[in-house]
Amino acid sequence: MKYEAPLEKYPVNIREAVLGKGEKAIKIGGENTFPFHFFEGSLPDPPGLALEVLDIQPENWSHWVLEPFQDVVSDPVSWAKKCVDVFGAEILCLRLLSTDPMGKDASPKQAAVIAKKVADAIDVPLIVWGTGTEEKDSRVLTEVARLCSGKNLLLGPALKGNYEEIAQIALEHGHAIVAQASMDVNLTKELNIALCKFFPPEKIVLDTTSSALGYGLEYTFSIIENVKQIGLINRDNMMQMPILADFGGECWRSKEAKESKEQGILWEAITGITFLLAGANLLILRHPDTLKLIKEMISEKK
Amino acid sequence: MALKGAEIMKRLPKTNCKECGYATCFAFAMKLATGGAKLEDCPYLAPEVKVELEAAMAPPIKRVTIGVGETALVIGEEEVMFRHEKTFFHEPGIAILISDKENDSDIEKKIKDIKELHFERIGKELKINLLALSFESGDKTKFETLVKKAYETTDFALILICNNIDVLLSAAALCADRKPLVYPITKENIDLAIPKLKELRTPAGVKGESIEEIVSLTSTLKEAGVEEIVLDPGSKNLKEGIRDQTFIRRAALKKGFRPLGYPTITFPCFMYQDKFKEALAAAAFITKYAGIIVISQVDKHFLFPLLVQRFNIYTDPRRPMTVEEKVYEISKPNEYSPILISTNYALDFFIVSGAIEEANIPAYLCIKDTGGIGVMAAWTSGKFNGEAIADFFKKYGIENKVKHRKLIIPGVAKKLKDELEEELPDWEIIFGPLEGSDIPKFLSEGWKE
Ligand code: B12
Ligand code: SF4
Repeated sequence: MKYEAPLEKYPVNIREAVLGKGEKAIKIGGENTFPFHFFEGSLPDPPGLALEVLDIQPENWSHWVLEPFQDVVSDPVSWAKKCVDVFGAEILCLRLLSTDPMGKDASPKQAAVIAKKVADAIDVPLIVWGTGTEEKDSRVLTEVARLCSGKNLLLGPALKGNYEEIAQIALEHGHAIVAQASMDVNLTKELNIALCKFFPPEKIVLDTTSSALGYGLEYTFSIIENVKQIGLINRDNMMQMPILADFGGECWRSKEAKESKEQGILWEAITGITFLLAGANLLILRHPDTLKLIKEMISEKK
Repeated sequence: MALKGAEIMKRLPKTNCKECGYATCFAFAMKLATGGAKLEDCPYLAPEVKVELEAAMAPPIKRVTIGVGETALVIGEEEVMFRHEKTFFHEPGIAILISDKENDSDIEKKIKDIKELHFERIGKELKINLLALSFESGDKTKFETLVKKAYETTDFALILICNNIDVLLSAAALCADRKPLVYPITKENIDLAIPKLKELRTPAGVKGESIEEIVSLTSTLKEAGVEEIVLDPGSKNLKEGIRDQTFIRRAALKKGFRPLGYPTITFPCFMYQDKFKEALAAAAFITKYAGIIVISQVDKHFLFPLLVQRFNIYTDPRRPMTVEEKVYEISKPNEYSPILISTNYALDFFIVSGAIEEANIPAYLCIKDTGGIGVMAAWTSGKFNGEAIADFFKKYGIENKVKHRKLIIPGVAKKLKDELEEELPDWEIIFGPLEGSDIPKFLSEGWKE
């Protein structure tokens, strides 16, 4: 029997999304094959790796993950700068936790001012993340979109109940958005269809919601893999947006990650590599060592 | 099974004599196709037809067993490329590398550590499967001493790694009744190896510099009657590894290419010096198709995440893991003991019940059937909301179990509190911690009888 390498070609590309502005803008997606399948297709853009910044002092953070940020946690601007200058982050994710209606309930204005300060202080792309509370997030992200007009932020999460407001304002002020639908291929597609009626698909990043190693990792893995296949194999153009996985926080919440620094880093990094293998294009990480490790691992030469 | 019922039917005697236990040959054929019957049940099959059908019906990736008895590792028989299509079936074996160059006391310590590694998760034991014994000393006696030690003092399945074929085969003879994996069988040594492999009846780990090379090796082995084979395409890093693993799995499943229809072995231990990178490569091979993964570390902080990842990836995607709905009595609670509630997602049950045991405070743990869905998803879909929990309270007569009226709910279920205060007006609803792992602290600080 003669062996021939069983190559598979897909006639479509995942859309390429551009995040940020200027020299440090980043592209994600654009591939026409499965992750790491350099042997049969093209993967023009390496996965984006973001570090988190919170707009309030972190609560209940594990010692191991607080340690690198100890000197900056009280100021989001210095925190953001440290991530870029010291830890080499090429993307940041600012979480506006202060706006949580069940918590501090800060006003959209206040939060937007912080977002603007952070965005002005760095030259890398910025993701601005609400609290997942539909009504409040649409007011908060509206303010952020206005104040940071033209910066091409990635705003999220846009949910079933608030995507119209968020997408509209993002469109007016030149930002991209994260469309989030939880753990369901059909819901993901429905939301995309609704959005694409008035919003450019190349400015959408998908979030299927993520779970950590040991806490439901397998669900996230299979959903991401499935969405990617529907996009590539079934050529469904409503499922060809790049995919985000937001799990750093989920990992470091677990008691296993808190147990030791080494185990914590691996908890996060193994979750990350698993989602990259599923097809994630953008990871939101918490520990700078995880960032470094994954980056080295995926940028190694053949 | 690769053959359809109708195709099998063509080869059957078509006499409908019923001796197989089925009313017709056709019924028997259909049953065979779905794996419910055995060829032997029909006494009238011509021997050559039987051989032919057996070959055609064999799983596209052969089942291989390394080791014997309870600790044997069974791999192969995978049927899908992607987990969500069906399920990944046989978990890959994790092997720990031990070199005969290490000194005796190090080896002894390593073996002891490996034996003691033992984790439990959701009621399942997570463990290392194999020892990979490597000949690096250049000294045959040293290697044989190592093999004997592993053979005599442990019951792990064994892999013998040795580039000198004479040493390899004589070491294999020392532990042949344990069915070790003999590695590497290469184009240079295959002719010497075949007679001995057949005599010892032990699986062969085939190594080539490329997939093409493996193909010719497995074909030769198959012809010689060596059936149990494990493949190493010689990948040097993660990227090559993913490529090779993908090709082998695809060739076997999608092209029915028999020479590659065997499970594989990968060596993150030789690919990376840095142990974090080694771990990530191992995790990638767990996800992408390896049958055995050889790693160098015995550190539990390194192994535990990998074992959990393997467990996660190999769960059946078609049904969540569940436990029975009921009121679990933990450590003999009485009428003043706390009441907590959670879902029947197996993970939730094990986390919360484990935490209560750790707190060493007797308690009632109410487990509500949510179809195996965790707290927030079940709340959203109405399986774990105020109404559902109030019904549960009635059904199990919770009011009669205790004298107090305090219910502890998961801290993440923010809106559930309001709902429950409405549905169970006599009860004080208390938020527990956000994390199950903080329950011990919460109970020991907060609960007074
Ligand atoms: C995996 C997952 C799924 C899996 C479910 C897996 C399972 N077996 O449960 C699937 C794919 C099936 C799923 C489906 C849905 N999901 Co979902 N899913 C998740 C995800 C990513 C992780 C959840 C998880 O498993 N966590 C791990 C478990 C162990 O956590 P847990 O149950 O909360 O338990 C912890 C604690 O609460 C505590 N605890 C547990 N019990 C108790 C008891 C007491 C007394 C105490 C003190 C503590 C305690 O201990 C545990 C460990 O700390 C989350 C997002 C996220 N990152 O959280 C979304 C999420 C939970 N899902 C969500 C939604 C909306 C859904 C759907 C309704 C969407 C849909 N498709 O229609 C469906 C509903 C499914 C159904 N059929 O009912 C939302 C819920 C929104 C909300 N209300 O806040 C979330 C939060 C995502 C989001 N941000 O939108 N989902
Ligand atoms: S025993 Fe064989 S010949 Fe008889 S009915 Fe069954 S399949 Fe047909």
